[in-house]
This record gives sequence, C-alpha cells and structure tokens, in this order.
Amino acid sequence: MDYIEPHAHMVSRTTDDYRQMALMGCVALSEPAFWAGWDRRSADSFEDYFGQLTEFEPARAAQFGIQHYTWLCLNPKEGENRELAREVLQRIPKFLERPNVLGIGEIGLNRNTLRELETFKDHVSLALDHGKMILIHTPHLEDKHKGTRLIIKALLSFQNLDPRRVMIDHAEEHTIEMIRDNGFRCGLTLYPNTKVSYERAADIIEMHGPEGIYVNSACDWGISTPTAVPQFMFEMRRRQHSDATIRKVVYENPIAFFSQSPHFRIKNAAPPARREEFAYVD
Amino acid sequence: MKDMASTCPMELNKIVDEYFTENRHRLIELAAFLDRMDRAHDGHSPEHDFRIAALRKAIPMLLQPGPQRVKRIQLLLSDPTDEPRTHLDRKAAYGAYTGAGGGI
Repeated sequence: MDYIEPHAHMVSRTTDDYRQMALMGCVALSEPAFWAGWDRRSADSFEDYFGQLTEFEPARAAQFGIQHYTWLCLNPKEGENRELAREVLQRIPKFLERPNVLGIGEIGLNRNTLRELETFKDHVSLALDHGKMILIHTPHLEDKHKGTRLIIKALLSFQNLDPRRVMIDHAEEHTIEMIRDNGFRCGLTLYPNTKVSYERAADIIEMHGPEGIYVNSACDWGISTPTAVPQFMFEMRRRQHSDATIRKVVYENPIAFFSQSPHFRIKNAAPPARREEFAYVD
Repeated sequence: MKDMASTCPMELNKIVDEYFTENRHRLIELAAFLDRMDRAHDGHSPEHDFRIAALRKAIPMLLQPGPQRVKRIQLLLSDPTDEPRTHLDRKAAYGAYTGAGGGI
C-alpha cells in the first residue's frame, strides 16, 4: 500500500533511509524546518537551511520516486531568541513560492515561555499574511498539555484563521480532544519513549475515529524510525482493521490536508528517476 | 468524556493473546528500574526526586476502574498551570511536572 510520510526531518537521515521508505511504499513526504540540535548563530544559517530544504532534499528524494515537500520557520527550540527570530522571519517570504513549500512550520512552543509564544504568534501572522498553511509542534512530556492549550488559545485570537488549514502535531491521548473540538487537523507522532507507540496510535484511531488525523515518524537526528508509518499500518492490520481505514489515515488524510496548498500535487506512482547529481530540477 | 466501550475490533481473548507477553515485559522492566534505584551506590532515596514521586502516584492509577487510564496518567504528569514561563529554564522537558519549586 502506498503511504505518505507527513513529518520527517530528512536532512538528518541517510540516503539509505529514503530507499527504505520507498521500498515500503512511501510516495511523498513533508519535511518541516526544525532544530539542528544546537542553536544557530545567524539568519544566514537559516537561509542555507531553507536552500537545503527546497533544493537539495527534493532532488535526493526524487532518486527514489518520493515527492518531497517542506515547511519553513525558526523552530520553537530557538524561539526564545527574539532578535534572531525577527531576522529569520524577514528572510522566509522569498522562499515561500518555491515549488515544494507547503507553508509555515513546524512552529509552536518548547518550554511554554513568553518569548516562545511571541515568536509563535509572529509566525502565524506571517503565514496568514501570505495565505499559507501552518504545521504546529506541540511541546514534550509535561509541557504538552499546557503548551497545546496556549497554542490553541493563541490561534483562536486570529480572526481570519481557518483551523482546517492548521495541523497540530504530536497529539496524544490528553490533547487530541481539544485539538479536534476546535476544528484543527491532528497529527500523531510514532516516536520512541517520548511520543506515541504504534499500539497507542491504533488505540487513538479506534477511540476517536480516523477523520482529520494522520500519523508520522518525525524521524530526525535522535533515536527514531523513518519507517514508523508502515509499522503502524502493520499494527492496524494485526487488529484486523480494513485496508480502507488504514489507507485513509496514511494516504488520503495527508493528501486532503496538503492539497489545500496549490504546491501539492500527488503523482501516480512513477518509476524512480535516477540522478547522478543532486542538482535541483524544477 | 466520550464512550470508548467496544471501539477495539479485537475480542478480549485475542487482545490478551497478542499483548500479554510484551506488557508482562514492561511490568518486569518497571520493577527492575525501582530495584536499580534502591541499589544506587550513593545510597540516596529516590523519594526526593519529583519524577519518581510522580511515578509512584501514577502506578496505583493503573488499577483504578474506569476508562482512559492513559489520559489520566498523562494529566497527572503534566504542568497544570496556565501562564507562560517568564524565562527559559532549559531546553528539554523532564517528563513530570516540577511543581512550583522548579527542577532537580
């Protein structure tokens, strides 16, 4: 079964990972901008990173027939640095019309600070000013419930924001209801220890239904699994869920959300295009 | 709270057959973790760590009746306050709410 990986930090992964994902049925993925594991010192670093996300990675993915999409921002882990955030926000617009850019993300909160919240709101304003969709990171562990509450409260303060164009990611059992009750789309992240297991993701789908939910690996430079979505599919099959239900979660729901961007066009399965160099091809 | 009864398509016997062994394993791992702390070479008691205190509160919740044990335990481990932090204390979360007194 074809699937879409809606959240993967492929700059941190090897080309072998792209190949494994393609072998397991991945036909498209989206890569939100994130934290490198260390704080970048200048807006120039971000500009180089945005170039990597919009030029190098799409070509690397295309070798294996995977369509690569992306989201741009300064990640919540660096949101405390307001001066850097302001500089980076000024540089994002020139990248927004590149063909694989879906919107602004992953923005949100990390430790739920006042400065992080201000940086988050600035990103939301930028997205709305440019008519872009939003992908949201909710904080970790003890900060998740409060952070999700703060994020939703901030989002609802924007009068012209359509919640159907906002994906609130890394939801868990204690946050999913407030996300969906306010009309936002919802992501479940299959990540060891700190997020949701395959079994719990299947539990959540059973308890809340598959509408407006997708699952992702959020694979990055930490201990994580780029092929987590197929493992979730295996768990769903173990419980005798229908192919139609599985396909809705791993393929149709991501397409329904991403298709709100004119940049997203899912192609029919095509033979991988082998490229000798990672030169960008429009 | 929504009614979550009968939402899993598997029969009870099948759920036990499929998932008992891996959850037996998790239980033994938790017991081993508690034993390991008792054997710490500095002899300190884990009772003074806010994370372990939260864990000890959560464990009895496993045996409480009623739905959504996961959600109830997650809320027990969550920061219940409403106001944003005025200053960044650290990059990473702890896993349990520190309370008004801050971190470790």
